[in-house]
Amino acid sequence: MSSAEIAAIPENEGFKIRWGDFAPFIALAVIILLGALINSNFMSANNILNVITRSAFIAIIGVGATFVIATGGLDLSIGSMMAFVVGIMIMAMNALAPSLGAWAIPAGAVVALVVGSLCGLLNGLIVTVGRIEPFIVTLGTMGIFRALITYMTDGGSLSIDRSLRTAYRPVYFGDFLGIPYPVIITLAIAALGAFILYRTKYGRRVTAVGSNADVARFSGVHVGRVRAMAFVIQGFCVAVAAICYVPRLGAATPTTGQLWELQVITAVVIGGTLLRGGKARVWGTVAGALILEVIANVMVLSDMVSEYLVAAVQGTIIIIAMLAHRFTGTR
Amino acid sequence: MMTPGLDTPGAGNAPSRPVLHAEGLSKAYGPITVLSDVTLDIRAGEVHAIIGENGAGKSTLMKLLSGHAAPTGGTLAMAGETVAFADAVQAEDAGIVLVHQEILLAPDLTVAQNLFLGRELSRYFSVDDRRMNRRTAEVLARVGSTARPTSRVGDMPLAQRQLVQIARALLDDRKVIILDEPTAMLANDEVDALLEIVRNLRAQGVAVLYISHRLEEVEALADRATVLRDGKMIGTWPAQELDQRQMAELMVGRELSMLYPPKRGVSNADPALAVEDLSVDHGKIAGSFDVRPGEVLGIGGMIGAGRTELVEGLMGLRPAQAGSIMLNGREIRKPNVGTMMEAGLVYLTEDRKGKGLLLNEGLAANLTLQALDTVNPRLRLDRRRETGTVRRAVQEYDIRVRTLSVEAGQLSGGNQQKLLLAKVMLADPTVVIIDEPTRGIDIGNKSQIYSFIDDLVRAGKACVVISSELPELVGLSDRVLVMRGGRFVAELTGADITEQNIVYAAASSGTDTEGRKRA
Repeated sequence: MSSAEIAAIPENEGFKIRWGDFAPFIALAVIILLGALINSNFMSANNILNVITRSAFIAIIGVGATFVIATGGLDLSIGSMMAFVVGIMIMAMNALAPSLGAWAIPAGAVVALVVGSLCGLLNGLIVTVGRIEPFIVTLGTMGIFRALITYMTDGGSLSIDRSLRTAYRPVYFGDFLGIPYPVIITLAIAALGAFILYRTKYGRRVTAVGSNADVARFSGVHVGRVRAMAFVIQGFCVAVAAICYVPRLGAATPTTGQLWELQVITAVVIGGTLLRGGKARVWGTVAGALILEVIANVMVLSDMVSEYLVAAVQGTIIIIAMLAHRFTGTR
Repeated sequence: MMTPGLDTPGAGNAPSRPVLHAEGLSKAYGPITVLSDVTLDIRAGEVHAIIGENGAGKSTLMKLLSGHAAPTGGTLAMAGETVAFADAVQAEDAGIVLVHQEILLAPDLTVAQNLFLGRELSRYFSVDDRRMNRRTAEVLARVGSTARPTSRVGDMPLAQRQLVQIARALLDDRKVIILDEPTAMLANDEVDALLEIVRNLRAQGVAVLYISHRLEEVEALADRATVLRDGKMIGTWPAQELDQRQMAELMVGRELSMLYPPKRGVSNADPALAVEDLSVDHGKIAGSFDVRPGEVLGIGGMIGAGRTELVEGLMGLRPAQAGSIMLNGREIRKPNVGTMMEAGLVYLTEDRKGKGLLLNEGLAANLTLQALDTVNPRLRLDRRRETGTVRRAVQEYDIRVRTLSVEAGQLSGGNQQKLLLAKVMLADPTVVIIDEPTRGIDIGNKSQIYSFIDDLVRAGKACVVISSELPELVGLSDRVLVMRGGRFVAELTGADITEQNIVYAAASSGTDTEGRKRA
């Protein structure tokens, strides 16, 4: 082939919509439309903002989970880890409050980010250095974190110091130009996640490790480091979610974050990320988190189905999403 | 080239009527025709060899005959009646069975359990192990296997597993048995035993279709041979009319020597890579070697002799210790793919699909994965630079693609291999180790890869080629090391580099099963 012909090879097949990539967003639109038809209150600005804000936790943790799952891993400990980080953060803030006053809040937040990242690093190192399946490792740490928060709260609840409540409250309840802070934080985390995953060398290596770890190894990629780093990112995201979570209820209990891991994994998977790794969709994960929260909200607002069945409907959604995936043939 | 007389119907030494007749059989995938217009018949009690280069269409033909794929043109007839198979099960019911080249057995089940997998015999509500074991013993006896029906398949050596696989095909009465490269994994004495089994089958009146590129087996075994080249049928000949050289020339379609660039001769330069006392997999494989700028060092040996393992150990991809590794004057203490690449050494794996390329990713992601830091000096990916790199590689290595966004898995084997070559060359190495450079690719791409290797070496780089294809090893190498049982046993240079010498060194001294991989 001549160089002129080479230059003429198009970069891609022209404009071709890959419907599979849009599926979660289309599904979200359809569910919102249904919600609007079922109950007129659904579309009120208040309700919509409320729903989006509430989905923030799952979305933020989901961005981290997208990394772990993209490398072919899985983290079951995120719900317990979240509770543990919340507990540590409250203890740190309460301890610092007398000396630092309101500055105890950012100091506690930094502690949370460090502890969260370290928890992720712990998972990552056991998986990579110990060469144990992530499923088993995080099943173990899930129990450990859950037991620790139960111990720290003494089976009851661990509340944040009264003096900090007013100052901390806006982080969940406040807004900037009408957009609640948790939403802004979610968007920032997702944008950062998408940048790392799609625009950096690390992101390229994440995808490579997830799609074929042997190929990555033979190409000189430090597979263990890439995997461990994904767990650290997961831990960091858990800590960010914890920072947003505390002002909402002001306390940690043994049931904080319980079963969130399942919600998060559901959000990631219906967002279009492959559970076996190699294909990651950060914004899809955010859409997935929204889908879960919107369904719950629509069910609460409508009288047709009992809200006790929310989990059943969410379960059905994930199965339908996977079937749709299969039959649209987008791997 | 002497042209042997074409086989006329009814001629040859197996005059019985055909059990299976293919007329104008063709197969196309979209616009690409992989097999066109094959007409042949297979008779009861004959061994009919199908020979051809890799990519000549042998496996496609096998798949069409055994119901694993449907032809896009032509017809199949059994005993005069037209048949069409929807799947392999229908073909098996009609009496045609394909024995795959790879061992497809469940390692944790017993021989009998594997044989009856999916068609277990039952007695009341439970499986009838006693009856299955008895039937298994009968079939094993028929193929001359000494295995016990209750042995766990995973504990058996490869050759025994191959026999189990054949036994499984014989469980029901078969009219046609298709053996796809049955000896590819076997050592010499095991090959002899297998050939004897095939002869027995023939004596029992079974029609055997024998696919192999080991011409000596074809010469020793076949009644007739059909030659395929580039998806086309060249002809069918009574095997006794062809010698190995004629077969090879019919397969290749040109003088064999044209394929390889002229040799460069032994180099006297200081070694670019010198490896001393490298010990891999806890000493099972060990050796010292060096390679000089301007030469191709060939490493020969039987499959399982430990060649790939040695190099993977050198690259830090397996547990290994070394006395010393000197690379371009630098001592490498803790080898891994990254430090080796920085010091100028790259390794191109034999397992293109499993360890070489990300089949679901595009050209750019594959091409730049290894030299990612060179192409993107900063943390962020430089998309424009990547696209430029891809365009240059596509041109330089003649990778034929429609668009640059095509996934690696969609490329043909030859283009995949060239992409892989481009990928490792992106690191601008001075020493290149290529494991099976042309496995599974067609002759056109083969000769291109040979000339890339020649260019490379003439540009003053050093190249190590590991190959199980003897003509390739002989045609390319300036120097050959032969491995057997995990040790280097011979070094050949100049006129001593011949297929006979390599085979002799690789396979002589009885116990050559010692270093075999028992997967």
